[in-house]
Amino acid sequence: MTNPLVEINDLRVDFPGPNGFVPAVRGVSLTMGREKLGIVGESGSGKSVTGRALMRLLPPQARVAGSLRFDGIDIAAATPRAMRALRGARIGLVLQDPKFSLNPIMTAGAQIAEAWATHRRGSAKEARDAAMSLLDQVLIRDPRRVYDAYPHELSGGMGQRVMIAMMLAPQPDLLIADEPTSALDATVQAEILRLIDRLVTDRGMGLMLISHDLPLVSRFCDRVAVMYAGRIVEEIAARDLHAATHPYTRGLLDCMPRLDAPRARLPVLARDPRWLA
Amino acid sequence: MIEVQDLDVRFGAVHAVRGVSFAIAAGESFGLVGESGSGKSTVLRALAGLIPGWTGAMSLQGRALGPKRDRTFFRSVQMVFQDPYGSLHPRQTVDRILAEPLAIHGLDGAEARIRRALEEVSLSPIVRFRYPHQLSGGQRQRVAIARALIADPSVLLLDEPTSALDVSVQAEVLNLLADLRAARQLTCILVSHNLAVVAHLCERLAVMQQGKVVEALDVAALRAGQAQHPHTRDLIALSRDLDG
Amino acid sequence: MISSDWLLSSEPASRRQAAWGRRYQAWLAFRRNPLAVAGLAVALAMLLMAVFAPLLATHDPGAQNLANRLQPPSAAHWFGTDELGRDVWTRILYGARITLGMVVAVVLLVAPVGLLVGCAAGYAGGWLDRILMRVTDVFLAFPRLILALAFVAAMKPGVESAVAAIALTAWPPYARLARAETLRIRDADFIAAVRMAGASPWRIVLRHVAPVCIPSLIVRVTLDMSSIILTAAGLGFLGLGAQPPLPEWGTMIATARRFILDQWWVPVIPGIAIFLASLSFNLLGDGLRDVLDPKQR
Repeated sequence: MTNPLVEINDLRVDFPGPNGFVPAVRGVSLTMGREKLGIVGESGSGKSVTGRALMRLLPPQARVAGSLRFDGIDIAAATPRAMRALRGARIGLVLQDPKFSLNPIMTAGAQIAEAWATHRRGSAKEARDAAMSLLDQVLIRDPRRVYDAYPHELSGGMGQRVMIAMMLAPQPDLLIADEPTSALDATVQAEILRLIDRLVTDRGMGLMLISHDLPLVSRFCDRVAVMYAGRIVEEIAARDLHAATHPYTRGLLDCMPRLDAPRARLPVLARDPRWLA
Repeated sequence: MIEVQDLDVRFGAVHAVRGVSFAIAAGESFGLVGESGSGKSTVLRALAGLIPGWTGAMSLQGRALGPKRDRTFFRSVQMVFQDPYGSLHPRQTVDRILAEPLAIHGLDGAEARIRRALEEVSLSPIVRFRYPHQLSGGQRQRVAIARALIADPSVLLLDEPTSALDVSVQAEVLNLLADLRAARQLTCILVSHNLAVVAHLCERLAVMQQGKVVEALDVAALRAGQAQHPHTRDLIALSRDLDG
Repeated sequence: MISSDWLLSSEPASRRQAAWGRRYQAWLAFRRNPLAVAGLAVALAMLLMAVFAPLLATHDPGAQNLANRLQPPSAAHWFGTDELGRDVWTRILYGARITLGMVVAVVLLVAPVGLLVGCAAGYAGGWLDRILMRVTDVFLAFPRLILALAFVAAMKPGVESAVAAIALTAWPPYARLARAETLRIRDADFIAAVRMAGASPWRIVLRHVAPVCIPSLIVRVTLDMSSIILTAAGLGFLGLGAQPPLPEWGTMIATARRFILDQWWVPVIPGIAIFLASLSFNLLGDGLRDVLDPKQR
């Protein structure tokens, strides 16, 4: 492996607030290859901002510093044109709610075919066939029906499959999934994550799974980076998670109610100001 | 305390709740578990009087509940909603939000009651004159709980009270709810998709699927793995799976 | 006692302090918007001019001097004279009373009615919504001026009937707007929570729904002010609004319009007055909307 797929060095992102700039990401460095990396944190920890900075999808008033490299390409210096070629074609993004990320007035199939045609050359027929085959690959039993369905006619899980099919159309090297299953029921959630897992493994892609759900992420990723207040406080192999050392990681694991044993009180996470240092 | 018999709710062509029955004793905490679309929240809202056009029978303390509820009903039954961002009026301060139920029920000593209510949910007096958008998700949910309890109800309906919160905040709110329940001897109905949360807060639960209760059991049996229905078993398996 | 520290305290000790602190912060936010401040200044100046017209006037608004007609602005007649030799500056001052008075009267009549009708229709839904909205549609279906004409023709021409006629034709858009806002929030959990508190439907509409609709209504009102002035002028021009000796701005333009090429200042000066009034109300309204939404601060 010559270049790591993603190389982030001392990333800092600030957003303008009423009283000056507010830091959202405060010096994040991480490197990932074609592996499955989970980024976990609570709301406001900067996990989504990190993912979006990598695709340069932050609002223009955000101040970004530090270096971001994707397969050796400097994201900060890339031209808008190069960036467009990168987004979609080499990095795919799956967002939380397919209701908002799919175009409500285009059929699911047409959207996938368009995603395919934007980055490849081919006839309308080829695009259609490719879309059908992609729907098949995301384990949709009746691709023909879903192809002609509008997003509001699809369930949440089905919509998310369409979204994934769209992102896989140009065969990207990296898939960023930002809370891909938070809007879904537990039973569907597991199916979708297993699907993402299988597709990423089969195609040898990198996966950046951004989520608030530590147990979930650790089940589907090789490595987990835990973020708190704009920093990575702990990076750990997923299978060693039970041996996590940082009190924040431990706190996150401990404070959940459990089904196997009753607990009188849930341990409450005491936020140590030293974690911010 | 609360009895629901053959509750049926339709929204147009959608048959959301199909013949749900359960009974809850005073001081008991009862959970309704199911996935989205199972009808669990609809049961709660029908009980709260927020949905017109249901059929069946519901009663509170032996008195039958009609389609319209009077002020005494709302004095004894209160609700906490799922989304703390949506359940507080965006243009009212915390003070105004908490004062409203007191004004409606004509309770005196508003000043002292508001102070006490904030204290009870461990909110600093500083937040009293803030707007909801100036508070964190956990603080908002505390305000919503304070509002529900300020007129001293005996029944608390909880609609996914922690599912919009971070897990660390969820732990704090669950602890708070457990404390308040013990201190005020509240009768609770908790609706949630999360089995572990329901098991933590309730003694008994019913599992719903497609508008029907498929299984009712107590939490000890649930923990002991005595659930019979395949859907309940599925939910347990998923929950265990992620517990690691 | 009232210092800016007291007002800006982040931990107000009482409801009164919190309320004044909010007002002060709203004012600070308003002050940061120079256009809105300019709008407020001009609007206030115009209102003061209207109130103190007798003190500021240099002539009698009705005094004619046919030897001195259509004079350009001079030291004796700051804004010149009109076709009957009346002092235009004086007539603008007295006209402000009539024109601004009509605008304020229309707004005070229209905004609350539109707000209430819209909120009640949107919140209640069902047959009440259908009846109220069909009535609104009936009024919306006619061109404003034509409907106003019909109303004034049925009554006796004059300022009061012009106000009534304009008000009758101006409220439907407000009702529509308030209804749209109400529909957006009526199923929100915060309204359900107030219902759970045992509030009556009227209490919910008046205290919880209507306040949410007010900011967009205010903006709409300020945008409408110029069209209210113009409708009033149109009625005046057709002889159905303010009657001729009265110096209403619209009527002044209407009667002076034939001098636009040779003595342009005669119609242009009341035109500038109308323009300034509309613009200042507009800027003021924009600034108010931002300040009225607590999230903007």
